[in-house]
Amino acid sequence: MKIWLIIVLGGILTYLIRLSFILLFGQMKIPALAQRSLRFIPPAVLSAIIFPELLVQSGQVNLSAGNLRLLAGLVAALVAWRTRNAVLTILAGMGALLALQALL
Amino acid sequence: MTPLELNQKSKKAQTRQEFWKGVKAELPLLVGVSPFGMIYGVLAIGAGIPTGAAQAMSSVLFAGSAQFIAAQLYGAAAPGFVILLTVAIINLRHALYSASIAPHLLSLRPGWKALLSYLLTDEAYAIAILHYEDGQQTPHKHWYFLGAGLALWLTWQASTAIGILLGAIIPASWSLDFTLALTFIAIVIPTLKDRAAVAAALAAGITAVAAYQLPLKLWLVLAALVGIAAGLLLEKRK
Repeated sequence: MKIWLIIVLGGILTYLIRLSFILLFGQMKIPALAQRSLRFIPPAVLSAIIFPELLVQSGQVNLSAGNLRLLAGLVAALVAWRTRNAVLTILAGMGALLALQALL
Repeated sequence: MTPLELNQKSKKAQTRQEFWKGVKAELPLLVGVSPFGMIYGVLAIGAGIPTGAAQAMSSVLFAGSAQFIAAQLYGAAAPGFVILLTVAIINLRHALYSASIAPHLLSLRPGWKALLSYLLTDEAYAIAILHYEDGQQTPHKHWYFLGAGLALWLTWQASTAIGILLGAIIPASWSLDFTLALTFIAIVIPTLKDRAAVAAALAAGITAVAAYQLPLKLWLVLAALVGIAAGLLLEKRK
């Protein structure tokens, strides 16, 4: 039940955001501060998901070399930076994690 | 044939041509989009979302990153309002696309505006805006946008369905939940174009880890706000 509510309301919210200026063009302007903020949303929100996924293990921050997800994540970041290729990034990260799990 | 009929026929041919040009321009992006659709399907099933709802999210929300985050938060039993707030924040960037493409859609009928708004995703916008701003005055560019948007829509639905099927088969020991972090790494690295963007990413990431114990998954919203503030601060000093 809850998931359907999230889908319908989330869908309406997303649609209204996309429709906003197309519908109201000329009658509405984005405030300057909001306009400058928008480009920081993807790096901020995505990093807020990535960091805990790599660093927090069963409720504890783990910065040691025994944290395989952190190591594999760093490999993926390096590949993403060098290649800008999403598929290669995901394959390299998954490959690194599975290889480390098999070795250690 | 009367001249009017001839004129109508050539108009039909032109719109069809624009439509298929749009589909064709979108194709290279679809190669990158399909694995994301599949991973979303796998993760949604892993998060305990029923098959029908997982597929419906792809057709109703039709927004990659937001769907990934919604599925993850749902799996972690976050409250509905936190999930909705996060979806709204991550999709706010579409307001920028809406503002940027609005002047080109000004003369269209409301039905067209409503349809193209639904199709206004990152990948369709990227292709459509290039065509709108290529300097050539042709009257049927909205058909190009429609072609690009529909090609993306179909690919997203199909790859989600494949992911849902895979999600039911793949065992948990494969650590496929890790693809969420990897997917976001692949998306975030190219956005780090200057110091302000790097500061936004680092500040948000560190805040998220530090505030991880906050109830209701509110650390995600807090971390996003701290990250945006850090980006704005650093940008000002230029």
